[in-house]
Formats: sequence, structure tokens, C-alpha cells
Amino acid sequence: MIHSLFLVNASGDIFLEKHWKSVVSRSVCDYFFEAQERATEPENVPPVISTPHHYLISVLRHRIYFVAVIQSEVPPLFVIEFLHRVVDTFQDYFGVCTEAAIKDNVVVVYELLEEMLDNGFPLATESNILKELIKPPTILRTMVNTITGSTNVGEQLPTGQLSVVPWRRTGVKYTNNEAYFDVVEEIDAIIDKSGSTITAEIQGVIDACVKLTGMPDLTLSFMNPRLLDDVSFHPCVRFKRWEAERILSFIPPDGNFRLLSYHVSSQNLVAIPVYVKHNITFREGSSQGRFDLTLGPKQTMGKAVESVLVSSQLPRGVLNASLNPSQGTYTFDPVTKLLTWDVGKINPQKLPSLKGTMSLQAGASKPDENPTINIQFKIQQMAISGLKVNRLDMYGEKYKPFKGIKYMTKAGKFQDLPTQ
Amino acid sequence: PSIHPFSSAYPGPGRGGSSLSKDAQTSLSPDTSSSSSGGIFSSLRHDDLKEMLDSNKDSLKLEAMKRIVAMIARGKNASDLFPAVVKNVACKNIEVCNEYSFILCFLFYLLHFIIYFEQQDLALLSISTFQRGLKDPNQLIRASALRVLSSIRVTIIVPIMMLAIKEAASDMSPYVRKTAAHAIPKLYSLDPEQKDQLIEVIEKLLADKTTLVAGSVVMAFEEVCLERIDLIHKNYRKLCNLLIDVEEWGQVVIINMLTRYARTQFLNPNINKTFYGSDEDEDEDEEEKEKKAEVAAMAKRKPYVMDPDHRLLLRNTKPLLQSRNAAVVMAVAQLYFHLAPKAEVGVIAKALVRLLRSHSEVQYVVLQNVATMTIKRRGMFEPYLKSFYIRSTDPTQIKVLKLEVLTNLANETNISTILREFQTYIKSMDKDFVAQAIGRCATNIGEVRDTCLNGLVQLLSNRDELVVAESVVVIKKLLQMQPEKHSDIIKHMAKLTDNIQVPMARASILWLIGEYCEHVPKIAPDVLRKMAKSFTNEEDIVKLQIINLAAKLYLTNSKQTKLLTQYVLNLAKYDQNYDIRDRARFIRQLIVPTEKSGALSKYAKKLFLALKPAPVLESTFKDRDHFQLGSLSHLLNAKAGGYQELPDWPEAAPDPSVRNVEVKESVRAVGTVTYRDTGAPWALQGPQKLEGSSCPRSDSASGSEGSSSSEGSGSGSRSEETEEGSESEEKEEDKEEKDKKKKKKEFKKPVQESERWQTLLFVKLVNNALPPPSPQTIAPSSALKTYELLHRITGEGLSVEYCFSRQPFSPDANMVAVQMEFTNNTTSDTKNLHMEEVKLQSGMRVKEFPEIELLPAGETATAVMGIDFCDSTQAANFQLCTNTRKFFVSIQPPVGELMRPVFLTENEFKKEQGQLMGMNEITEKLTLGVKCRNEHAIVQRVTAAANLSRVPCGSDKECRFAGRTVTSGSLVLVTVATRDEGAAQLMVNCEKMVIGTMLVKDILLALTQ
Repeated sequence: MIHSLFLVNASGDIFLEKHWKSVVSRSVCDYFFEAQERATEPENVPPVISTPHHYLISVLRHRIYFVAVIQSEVPPLFVIEFLHRVVDTFQDYFGVCTEAAIKDNVVVVYELLEEMLDNGFPLATESNILKELIKPPTILRTMVNTITGSTNVGEQLPTGQLSVVPWRRTGVKYTNNEAYFDVVEEIDAIIDKSGSTITAEIQGVIDACVKLTGMPDLTLSFMNPRLLDDVSFHPCVRFKRWEAERILSFIPPDGNFRLLSYHVSSQNLVAIPVYVKHNITFREGSSQGRFDLTLGPKQTMGKAVESVLVSSQLPRGVLNASLNPSQGTYTFDPVTKLLTWDVGKINPQKLPSLKGTMSLQAGASKPDENPTINIQFKIQQMAISGLKVNRLDMYGEKYKPFKGIKYMTKAGKFQDLPTQ
Repeated sequence: PSIHPFSSAYPGPGRGGSSLSKDAQTSLSPDTSSSSSGGIFSSLRHDDLKEMLDSNKDSLKLEAMKRIVAMIARGKNASDLFPAVVKNVACKNIEVCNEYSFILCFLFYLLHFIIYFEQQDLALLSISTFQRGLKDPNQLIRASALRVLSSIRVTIIVPIMMLAIKEAASDMSPYVRKTAAHAIPKLYSLDPEQKDQLIEVIEKLLADKTTLVAGSVVMAFEEVCLERIDLIHKNYRKLCNLLIDVEEWGQVVIINMLTRYARTQFLNPNINKTFYGSDEDEDEDEEEKEKKAEVAAMAKRKPYVMDPDHRLLLRNTKPLLQSRNAAVVMAVAQLYFHLAPKAEVGVIAKALVRLLRSHSEVQYVVLQNVATMTIKRRGMFEPYLKSFYIRSTDPTQIKVLKLEVLTNLANETNISTILREFQTYIKSMDKDFVAQAIGRCATNIGEVRDTCLNGLVQLLSNRDELVVAESVVVIKKLLQMQPEKHSDIIKHMAKLTDNIQVPMARASILWLIGEYCEHVPKIAPDVLRKMAKSFTNEEDIVKLQIINLAAKLYLTNSKQTKLLTQYVLNLAKYDQNYDIRDRARFIRQLIVPTEKSGALSKYAKKLFLALKPAPVLESTFKDRDHFQLGSLSHLLNAKAGGYQELPDWPEAAPDPSVRNVEVKESVRAVGTVTYRDTGAPWALQGPQKLEGSSCPRSDSASGSEGSSSSEGSGSGSRSEETEEGSESEEKEEDKEEKDKKKKKKEFKKPVQESERWQTLLFVKLVNNALPPPSPQTIAPSSALKTYELLHRITGEGLSVEYCFSRQPFSPDANMVAVQMEFTNNTTSDTKNLHMEEVKLQSGMRVKEFPEIELLPAGETATAVMGIDFCDSTQAANFQLCTNTRKFFVSIQPPVGELMRPVFLTENEFKKEQGQLMGMNEITEKLTLGVKCRNEHAIVQRVTAAANLSRVPCGSDKECRFAGRTVTSGSLVLVTVATRDEGAAQLMVNCEKMVIGTMLVKDILLALTQ
């Protein structure tokens, strides 16, 4: 299936290659570079490129292209999904997935790739299993090894893959048994010029960090499971149980994992936590434009809106902007024409605003497009969909774990469409 | 060695100094970081490494290996170290080293040389090591050894490889069997002659029940013997049932294979829909309809009933729409699209729309497929219209695809919303695509044509030339549909020729003017005049249209344009492009009358000014669905190498009985009847049946296994299958007949004392005379074990014992009854015995025992309390209080007490067992303790260990027990199968895996003591 893998950095250098079946000359990447040159933006490179003898399927993550070389028919999503899994694994192992990190850990990277694919077909991709086979590099271990001059030799060979629960490693032991669940929701919304919602949907995930000894069997129930009608699960979740009782029942993997992700669609009413009043005008013949923008909270259930960041791509004709923020700081990049305003926290008593003028290129005609305004924000301790975890129970083990749950709402792709 | 894998990324060898893991550097000479690869240094380093490899310490060897791997990664030549590695690492027993990363390094190193330098012969040196590795007790080493061995591409080792694969295919460890499956395509590509033998191995592995193996073996099947669809028949139902537990990558492969399989084996579920005219494809033409009507008429005569196996596939894949893996979701979606009845396809829409929130690459692929689906089944995605709205942050390719989908989704009801949405896009994003989209909407929906046209005309005044050009092209196509109404638009466009430079747009305008020159009689000659002036500077495509325009004008208005036309034709005659010269010559002959002009010129006017049919603006995704959705070929709209066509539905269904799982020949001869034959509801019973008795390994295959390491397990499973065979034989029989036979069997056996209840019970059941007796009578009461709650010393004279009475606790059926016996060993009375401060795990409940007011000295009293343990072995903690003292006590149940017996018939048992496969099934081999080798002892020990009731069983080598957990009522099924000389196999099926695991432990303990 997957023949070879090339890692290409932003400047178009191949900095790592791995072959599983036979060597494919790196010149095959020339087709990729061609496409890269044609694309105006890095993300515009087509994910699937056909060349005379091979097909190139690539993903872009962390400014690195992971280019897989395929020789025959294979579902493209299969490869794409696998490449993303590789990136996730690197991130899991090294904390970040950058060119430097990959080069620093080249031996581990090779070990991982060797273990994840056998003859081009995925072999072990579960993080728990991989970690049992290949120890992630840690600062502590590196230090200990430096001092004692030893390596990890002497540890037992893992029993890997034998367990009836293929995603959980065996023999887990903790002194503090903890299970944390983060409910994180992102709102995607498009608001039109009059302030009414064109689309709004919520994309939520429950990320878990479970550090429990032995083989715990957890059940997680919700106060309002009806909200979750469009969900995807980690393979550990027992689907039948969910269908029948709307309870998440699972033996968790060890460590961090994404338990489920869900989608609350626009059919349901989605509360919009902030509003924007904006007035951006250009006049024909004038070299000045007016900019006026005010933010305010709305439907936040009394929770503070934090880390607010407003950004807008101003039209090409704008030379500079001289604005006056009531709070926070703003920057305008005259090259990319990107205006960003770091607002911070919204104080409902004193609404933040950004007012001033923009200077336009002399003689240029009035820009015909008005800028879209993108907003980012965070609201702690609230899930905007109203989802609430009812209880978490553990069976199968005798100790009493510490349980924690956290809610957060973030802006996903939150856009305000241009004024007219 | 000609290829240096990393040379260009690392221009100078010194750059990679930091990349080797830090620990390696410190323990060694410093030259790695400064290795300027100058002769002396590198040779020194290689010597160093050789020395390290020669050392006795594993740690040093590992270091050396890691450094070599790092060197290779950095593109340095480490080939001269190969002999040293092979000598010192390979010849050493791999089993001695117990660090997996060592093995991996070695594996990588070897594979690297095998792949890069094709030093296959050198690799042969290490073959003996692998052969030893194949026999290693550790499964990981066996698997790794097989992986390396199968990667060596030298034909002389083909027999060794074949043997190794065969051996590994019957390995005990599913992980090794998985690796064997992976090795099959490798060997096949090395030597296709081995195909027949490999197919045997595949056949054997296909019968494997483990989820770990299933995906890999189907992959091997696809690569080696795709055409042998007969191998799938027997395993079809098993694959369907295992699917949900298979790992994600395997699921994708299996689903894709099953899609093709289903297309060859089942009938099209949609054929008789058209007959009733309920929901037809919108774009069906008459011919097709007729054809379908015929088929439908045929179908009416013989009403369509979906094959239960077809239904099974659809049912078992549906939950996978909820997978986190986009590839799995897509695989299920395409399966439903290609196989499901129309009414059911809708379920996939929601899942696909969910994928649109994933990475942009995933979106790209999903949108391509959605675009194809929307053409065929528009209604499916209509509710999700808004999910396809474009965001300014989307990459261009996503925007284009979303526009495509939106255009496909447009109909009379939603067109106004969509057009409004398009209008916003024009203001902000890639406008040229939007013009196309509007044009497509306009052609598809007649009502909005004028609106669209107006919108497009507005676009003509846009400042972006590309937009204008694109609009012109689209307007041209629209106008062609009704030109007479729109002469003002044509005039407007004629003016554009002064400004617009994009060749395609200019050409379109010229064509329009030429075609409809009678609508603009004054402007047309003037345009030609301007064009004649600039003729030499135009692009070829424009020149051709100028000639075209000139010809048409000459025919309609020769008075004004005769000279102009001749001028243009003369220019064209000397053009550089032969196409234009040709055209000019051809047209001159046709339109300019000469004495030699042939018959054709009479018809010139008809030729040029014939009414042209309006173009159809079509989606590029039309008819793409002849490629299997989700495939690479579909995405590229071209056949990729190795693509397998999706077969058409068969006219008549092939024999469905091929999927019935075989029973032994001898048994068949007795005259058994399958469910299908008797017409019993197969859908209800079929799948379960197959799980119990599926995958009979062919006797010849297992007989030829020569493996020493797996002999034990091989023979074990063989005998197990024999039994299964005999069980299914009974299943196949009529119920009455079977019961009679059972009865006979039961009575034939010497009725042992302990078994009398069971036999009696059975007879009663058969006669239906009495309802099944209450379960308590089944549990041998003598087996009740007492536990101490409070010792007489800590209790200051009060001692308490408790036992699980196994009686139903009447106040609450979900509670376990605990019977307590209080003894007062003191000389004084104890008063007010009661309990307080119950501390419980969440979910647990307790029903307290009634207060004992007085317990005189030396007396004993009993009380019963109920505890709902929530099916866990968590302790219930509480305080036992008297009038003077409080004692902290806790009750912890053995897992066997968390269930209550249920009565099942053999059939029900098998059926339930079939539903609790995969992860819900735990099997253990054991040797029975000396004292419990007879059936009686086994029954006694098992029922003592767990509160279960015995299930009647035809075989005297098997004891079966059943129960339900007290709180949730999950079934617990236990099977003890005895073999010769005390060997036995214990199998527990329980939905609650934890309970299952613990129960296995307890029963094992009870049986082996």
C-alpha cells in the first residue's frame, strides 16, 4: 500500500525519507514540488497528485508535508488518515512535531515508522502499544542514562498485542489514580452584516487523561445525552451500550486520548456568546477609510469571555491604519494587510472598541471587497451546547480514583461577514 | 551502494551532530558530533563501532546499533559495518537480549540494507539467526524474525520463507499470525509461482477467528488471489460479525472487499422501486426507465426479498459510521451507497458531513465523494446544505468542491438561498468559480435563469478581468438557450471587446455576435472591422472565431462585409498556424462563389447558420460513480493501477447456500436440514449459528502442519472443532427430534445423584408440564461459604459471620442477599444491633437489615441484608453498632456471587454465546485438579465458585453454565470442555469483560485445586 514516505519542510527540502518495499528515487517528489510552486498558499497543494508511475498523497501538518508514495489503488483517505496518525504519534512522543524534533530523534522516528507499517500496511498504530514497544525519549531518562552510562537494556520484553483490550497496555501502575475529562467545544459560526446567524454549529470533543492502575472499566453518563446525536468514538467505547442506554462504557487506554468527538448541528439552536458591531467604510475618491468596531458579550451565562483576539484581512489598497483601541493592543502588518487586535477579556460594563482611520493608496479606486472579521475567544467552565457530565463510575478495580471534569468553550471558525 | 538517502537534506555531514540520542554521545568518543567524514575520523569511528559490537555488553552493542542507524539516517555509508553487525549481533542469540528496541534497530538495519543496497547475499548470512528466532518463546521475536526473513528478496530462500510462513500461520500468537499474513504478499511478489501454496495459507488464515488477523489476511487475499471469491463464502458471516472489533485499518480493507463481494452475490435492492414510481433518479432517461420497468415487472412476479446475508452486512457496518477514523467512515459510506436500498442510504450523510470538520485533506477527499453522491441522490444531503457554505479560510480546492456540491444541491426551493450565498462569495473570494456555479444553477433550474443572468451581467462590470471573462463564457452558454430576448446583453458584450483581453472570453463574445448577428445588425460589422485591425495580434482561438464571424456576416450581410471578410481571409492565409490557414481556405471555398465551386457552397448558409443546440452545463462529477466511491481511481477520475472494477449486480442471485458453514460430511449424510432449507427465519438465527460453528480448518491443512511449537494448540483447537461440529449437527435438526434424542442421551447415561435435578428438570421442560423450577434449588446449598465479618476478639465478644445465601432478595431484585449470623460470646446481653454510616462506591446501594433489639449472652441470631454491588467487586463499608460500641466492617463479594442463575436451553445458550464473541469471550486452558476429573466434581466446583445454573448439554465432555449479573442482568456463560487426562478448556462469555476475567480466575482456581 504505502511504498515510501518523504518529509518535506516549508522551504522544499526533503529532510527524511523511509522506504518499506523498495527504494523510490526522491526525484518522484519533483512532481510534488511543482504543485507546491503552483499553489499560492501552502495549504493549496492538492492532497493527491498523479505522476506517471506513482501517486503522491500528502498531508500538511506543522508546516511539514508528509508525502506518501503509492503505486496502486488504495483508498486515499486510508493513507491520509494514516499520515495524520503518524503525526499524532510524533507529537505524542516528542511533544512537538517539528523538523528539529524529528531530526533530534531520528532513531526513534525510524523505530516508530518501522513498527507502524509492515510492507506498507499498518501494523501497530495504537499509542499504548507503541509506547510499550518503543520507549518515548524523556529528559529524565536521558539524564539518568548520561550519568550512569547505561541504556534501557534489561527491561522486560513487552507482551504487547496479547491483551484482550488491544488499546490498553497491561500492568499499569500508579500511586495516584486519576481520571480527568475535558469537555472542549468550539463554535463555528458565520454571522452576516445584520448580526443574524447564517450558520452556527458546535464541534465538541471530550479529551481524557486517565491514569488508573490495572484494568479499570469506566462508565460516563450525561445529564443530557440527547444532545449527542452525531458522535464518533474512540474504539474503546462499547457501541451497543451507547445505543441502548446512552452511557459511555469503556476500558480506557492509558494516558491521554480523545474519548469522543461530537457535532451539534445548526438545526439545534446555538447560542452565540459574543456580538460584533462594525462599520468599515471606504469612500470613492477619498484616500481615507473609517474603521469602527465594538465587541460585546451575549448569552454567556455569566461567564467571562477571555483571550479575545480579533483579526481581519484588510483590502489590498489599505496602506496603513491608525486606530485607537479602548483596551488591548493592535497590530497591522502593511505587507500581508492583516489587522490583529488582542483584546483580552471583555468587560461587560465597558465594551472594548477599536476606532480610527485607514489610509488608502492614493488614486486607487475604492476596494470592492469588505474585510471579513475573524474572532477568537475562550470561555472557561462552560460548554456552550449545555452538555453536562452526570457521573463517572469505575468498576473492576478496588481503589478510589480522583476524578475531574473541566468544561471550556472556544471559538472555532467564527466569522463576521463584510458590511455592505 | 549508489543511493545515499539523506544526502541532499544534509549537505554537510557535520550538521547532524545533535540528532543522535544524547545518551549515545556521552558514553562514547566525541567524534560523532564533529565527524567531518574525513578519511581518518570516519575509519576511526567505524573501528570504534566495530569494537563496541565486539564487546560482551548488550548495552554497548545496542549503542553501536543505534549509532549506525543514526548514521544511515543521516545518509552516511555504513555498508562496511554490515559484516561486523551480522557477525556480532545476528549470530548472537536474539533471545538473549531482551530489549525490543535492540531488535528493532537490528531489524531496521537489516531491512535498510536489504532495501537500499540489495546486499541480499550478505543478509543470507544471518538466516540461521532468523530461523532460530522463529522458534523463540517470545511472540515479538518470532514476529520480527519473520518480518526480516520475508523481506529478503533472494529466490533461493523461497522454500525457507514458505515454510516459515506456514509455521507462523498456525502460531499460537495472533500477532505472529498477523505478521504471517503480511509476509504473504511479500513472498508472492518475489515468486508468483508459489501462489497455490500461498492460497492454502490464506484460506487457513481466513478461517482465523481473531480480530487481529482478519484485516491483514484480507489484505493478503486482495493482493494475491482476488479472483478466488469462493474463499470468502465460508468466512463471509464471520467477517461481518467480527468487523466491529477488527482494528481500524483492517476494517477499511474488509469493507471494501465485502462491497465487491456483495455486488457479485446479492441482487440489486433497488430494482423494484422504479416500478412503483416512488422515487426515481432525477436524471434517468426514458430508455433506462423502460429497462428498469422490465426488470421491475420481472421482479413483481418474483418479489424481491433481501438476502439475509446482505442485510447482515448492512447491519453490521452501520455502527462503524461512528468510527473516529475517516477512512472507516468513508468505507462504510461507499458500501451503503453501492449496496443499500435507496431508503437507507440517507444514514451516511450525517457521518460524511461530520468529516467535513476534519483536516483539510480529509475534507478534500470527502467532498469529492459527496459531489458524486449529490448528483445521484440529491435529497440525501439537502438537509445539510449549510454545512457546505464556504468560509473565507478554506483552501481554494475546498472552495471549488463546496461550490460544486452547492450547485448540485440547488433546486427550486433552495435556489434563492443558494444564489444569495453565491452573491456574498462574489464579493470576497475566488470569483471565477462562482460565475461557473451560477451558470450551472441557471441551466438546471429554468425559473431562475433570468435572475442568474442579471447577476452575471452585473459581474461584467467587475474590475477583475478573470471574473468578467468567466462570466462572458457562462453568459454565452446561457444566451444560447434563448437569444431573441437578450439582444441588449449581446450589445453590452460587444462593447466589452474593447477592454477584455482574456482569449476565451473574446472568442466567446465573437461567437455570440456571429451567431446572433441578425439581432445586432448594426454592431456586428463594426466589431468585425475592429477585429480585422487587430487580427494579427490575437490568440489562435480568437482568430478562428474572427474567421467564423466574418463568414457568417458575409452570408447574411455581404454588402457591408465583403471586403472585410476577404481581408481577414487573406490575413489568415498567411498565418503561422496551419489550423487557421486550413480554416481560411476551407471557408473561402465554401462561401465565396467561384466558377468551380461545388455543390456545397449552395448550402453554406445552412451550414453556418444552422440552429445549434444549447450546451448542457454539466458537473464534472457526473457519471463518476462507475468508479467505486472512496477509491483513488474515483478521486482521479481515471483508473489507477490495480483498481478492481465494481462488478454489476447479477441478474439472478448465485446460490446463497455457499455461505452456510459446513458441517461434517458424515453428519450431513444422516440427513440434516439447514435453516434455510426449512425456511426458518434465518436472519434471526443464522449469524449466531455461524459464530459458534464457523471456520472449520480444513483437515488436510491442519494435518500437514509440521510445526513443533504450535502442535499443542493445533491439536487442541482441532478437537474443539470436532465438538463444535457435533453441536451444530444437533442445531440443524428439528427441535422435537433433537429433544427426543437429548432425552435419550440423558437417560442413557448413568444418572448420578448430583445430576438428578438436572435430568428431572430437563424432562419437565420437555414435557412442558411444569414451569422451570426456581433457580435456588439448583444451587447446591452445601456449597455456601461463610466469611467472617467481625472476629470475636476485635468484636469484644461479638462475632459476626456472613454468607451469600443465593436467595433472591425480595425487597429489591437487583440486590445480592447477604445472610449474617451474629453470635454473642460475652456473658452480657447485646442490644440494638444495627448498622450505620454506610460508605459505598457510587452507584451501589444497601438495604439494611432490621435492627436486632436484643441478643442475649451466648445466643445466635441471623439477619439478611441486601447490597447492590453494581456488578463490581467493590466492598461495601459500614459500621456495625451496638448500644455501646461501633465496629467498622466491610463486605466484599467474590465475583461469583454477583450473578444469579438463569435457565437456558441448549439452543438459547448457543445463540447467546454466539452474540458474545470477540472481546467478550475469554478462553483458558487448564489441567483439572486430581479430585475433580469427573463431571460431578466439575459441576460442584463451578457452582460453588459462582452462582450459576447448569445448562443441559448433549455432549458429555462439556459442562455449561449460565447466569445473569444481578444489577445489569448481563449474561454470563461458562463452558468447561474436558479432554483426555485432565486437560480442559474453560470459556467464559460475558458482556462485562471485567466480570468475565475475574470469573475465569476464580473458576480456574476452583477447578485446579
